[in-house]
Amino acid sequence: MSKTTTDSSELATPPVPPSTPSLAARVHLGQSWRTAGILIPFLILFAVLSISSSAFLHTTNLINILDQQASTLCIAGAGTLVLVAGGIDLSVGSTYAFAGVTAGMVGQHHSLVLAIGAALAVGLVVGLANGVIVSVFKISPLITTLAMSYVIQGIALKVSSGNLILTGTIPGFTTFATAQFLAVPSAVWITAVFVVILALLLSRTNFGRYVVAAGGNAEAARLAGVRVGGIKITTFVLSGLAAALGGVIDASRLGSVIASSGGAALSFTVLAGIVVGGTSIAGGEGSGWRTAIGVLFIALIGNGFDLLGVDPNWQQIVLGLILLVAVGLDMWTRRVRR
Amino acid sequence: MPGEHSTGSTPRGATTPGDDLVVTGVSKRFGGVPALSDVSVTIRAGTIHALIGENGAGKSTLAKIIAGVIGPDEGTITLGGRALHMRSPREALAHGIVTIAQELAIVPSLTVAENVYLGAEASAGGFVRRRESRRRFRELVERVGFDLRPDAVARTLSTADQQKVEILRALSRNASFVVMDEPSAALSSHETDALHEIIRSLARAGTAVVLISHFLSEVLALADTITTLRDGRLVRTIAATGATEESLIEGMLGRSLSTAFPTKHPCATDAPVVLEVSHLRAPRVDDCSFVLRRGEILGIAGLVGAGRSELARAIIRDTRPSSGTVRLNGEELTGRGPRAAIRRGLVLIPESRKDLGLLMGRSVRENVSLSRLDLVSRFGWVSRARERRLVTQFMDATTVKAASMALPATMLSGGNQQKLLFARTLMCAPSVLIADEPTRGVDIGSKRAIYDLLTTMADEGLGVIVISSELEEVLGLAHRVLVMRHGRITAELSGANVREDAVLAAAFADSGVS
Repeated sequence: MSKTTTDSSELATPPVPPSTPSLAARVHLGQSWRTAGILIPFLILFAVLSISSSAFLHTTNLINILDQQASTLCIAGAGTLVLVAGGIDLSVGSTYAFAGVTAGMVGQHHSLVLAIGAALAVGLVVGLANGVIVSVFKISPLITTLAMSYVIQGIALKVSSGNLILTGTIPGFTTFATAQFLAVPSAVWITAVFVVILALLLSRTNFGRYVVAAGGNAEAARLAGVRVGGIKITTFVLSGLAAALGGVIDASRLGSVIASSGGAALSFTVLAGIVVGGTSIAGGEGSGWRTAIGVLFIALIGNGFDLLGVDPNWQQIVLGLILLVAVGLDMWTRRVRR
Repeated sequence: MPGEHSTGSTPRGATTPGDDLVVTGVSKRFGGVPALSDVSVTIRAGTIHALIGENGAGKSTLAKIIAGVIGPDEGTITLGGRALHMRSPREALAHGIVTIAQELAIVPSLTVAENVYLGAEASAGGFVRRRESRRRFRELVERVGFDLRPDAVARTLSTADQQKVEILRALSRNASFVVMDEPSAALSSHETDALHEIIRSLARAGTAVVLISHFLSEVLALADTITTLRDGRLVRTIAATGATEESLIEGMLGRSLSTAFPTKHPCATDAPVVLEVSHLRAPRVDDCSFVLRRGEILGIAGLVGAGRSELARAIIRDTRPSSGTVRLNGEELTGRGPRAAIRRGLVLIPESRKDLGLLMGRSVRENVSLSRLDLVSRFGWVSRARERRLVTQFMDATTVKAASMALPATMLSGGNQQKLLFARTLMCAPSVLIADEPTRGVDIGSKRAIYDLLTTMADEGLGVIVISSELEEVLGLAHRVLVMRHGRITAELSGANVREDAVLAAAFADSGVS
């Protein structure tokens, strides 16, 4: 016994103790701060709702929430990459609507595959346009995507004449998002796969590292050999594609689509979800799965208020305050770190 | 001369001409690094007093202390025998001390008169009394003899006229001490002449002018008294009569090279050329040509703003050269941006690690592997184990000390941060390294470690370019030295010619301020 002890103590020559252990500890705490910052409130809210509302903790209700949030989750997943790369995309709401309308109109005469393909092509083109304008022409992403959102919404209204397009009557169209697998609709499965891919893309790949570098310090990233422009364009393309995917999911899920859906309201909801999830609006920091928690946190508030019969106007007020707290925490941790 | 100085309509009465400003035993440290040690100077009213020295000699620090921008750690400043405790430029102003900094502080959209009285407008009940302002302005301009229209918008003025606006502002506040930091740096020779006349007239009117200038001819032409600083210490204060450029340069160096440098291994003069720059032109780079050989350390010296960093950025194609070529191992370097250069084995360690080098909030690991993630990934997927192994290897090679490679770069000391950039560079396996100010803001111990790294890299066959404002560093490391001035390479020194006086003479050479 005593022999082993001496052996192991000899073997494990203690590494040179870090000169500043308290600093190191503080940093690790700082990193997990962001995670805890969203996870703990989410779990508390979940527990409170489970206790206070008998209807909340039912599979149907929970799956319903996920189903309703599918499009928002997809868009926010890609939006996280845009924000981390130092951009912002306010055109997603309009792209969502335009892609949905495109899918509905193409779907009425052609196959489902062609309809989805056309919608995704719309998202790709919009994303590419945003990315090129921001990266090549150096126009602020806020203004670029705001302007683009008007253009896209206008085009969507023009091509559809502002009419409601019924997609529920197209054979097979609704199955894309509503087919059940293991009692869960396909919209939720598609979203889960898409969001996991985006989250891994950000956290585990070269591309993700470049996204973080481009948003954290674009000058340094460029001098280190990162194609900052190309990286930013790619994040906008992914955001456009995600918005189109969200549009198709909802066009299929809801049985109808109209050009005035989505819009600024959706863009802001997406942004709120990302920021509440602890992704920094200043870029260079963020995570896909925290965004998912952020989006669901906001959804839980809405769901809880509905179930508890609280005046829906309170939702807006509470959401606004939460947003301020989230951004405030981000600023504070940045200052502490400096 | 006394008595003529009361200006404006509201005498503040803080000083009367004839009072001398006496600096006694002033010391100042920045983050433990001494910038000024025990400096004493007396600035007499109505004289032009020049402060000269190399980059980093402490002249700007001394000027800032006199102007109240920063406070001294030790020592006192007295004015007419009374001790001053200034905590801000505003308090200095109350004592009649005004700074005209290198960067002009003018609101471009306001008129000349509005700029002059900015913050001290003649007002009644919150409204600006324009007629009163104009009357005061006319008086002021007549007294100084400037030809400036009060209604001209500042944006439309030449730099010299904008400087006049600043000078008028200083005078309108009853300044008896004017501190000018490199006032002619941005001026044409014609404008410089005008400025010199203004400075002389200020002195004639009883104002003391503290002049910081890199241009020794300007100093000799203007100054009554010249104070030379070196390494934060006072060398001497002398009357300008009898001083020559040679004697001033000698005063600015006057020390032997310290032995804090690794031994230089001679580099073969017939070693293959790894980098050949010919007739390169880019923003602030004017027709630069030179070669760099395998195993050679080439120093680039010059004053701040001489175009050294711009040359480096043009070589790695960070800025588009307008003409000229860069050949790396005989092949012309093309393509856009630093990425192309890095892939071909030409790497820059940029001048400011915080702004241009590191992702301060990200981990040590991510910072080191950023340029060569392809080495630690497969199909774009980062292998963390492989990354940790390689990063450890390069951190060891560059002696980075970090408690953990998960720590953000901001938690490391300046020296270790700089070594992170060397680790990243080594990972790129370059054939040419350009290190821009590699030891800025680094402690003495790490400095030596970085010198060793640079020397080792050259010994291993890299071509190394060291850009530094510390002359000692360039001389201690380099086999050959290029001196830059106004974007041009003005001298190439090698062998026994690599001496401080030769470098300084080339760096300060007045080929006409154009």
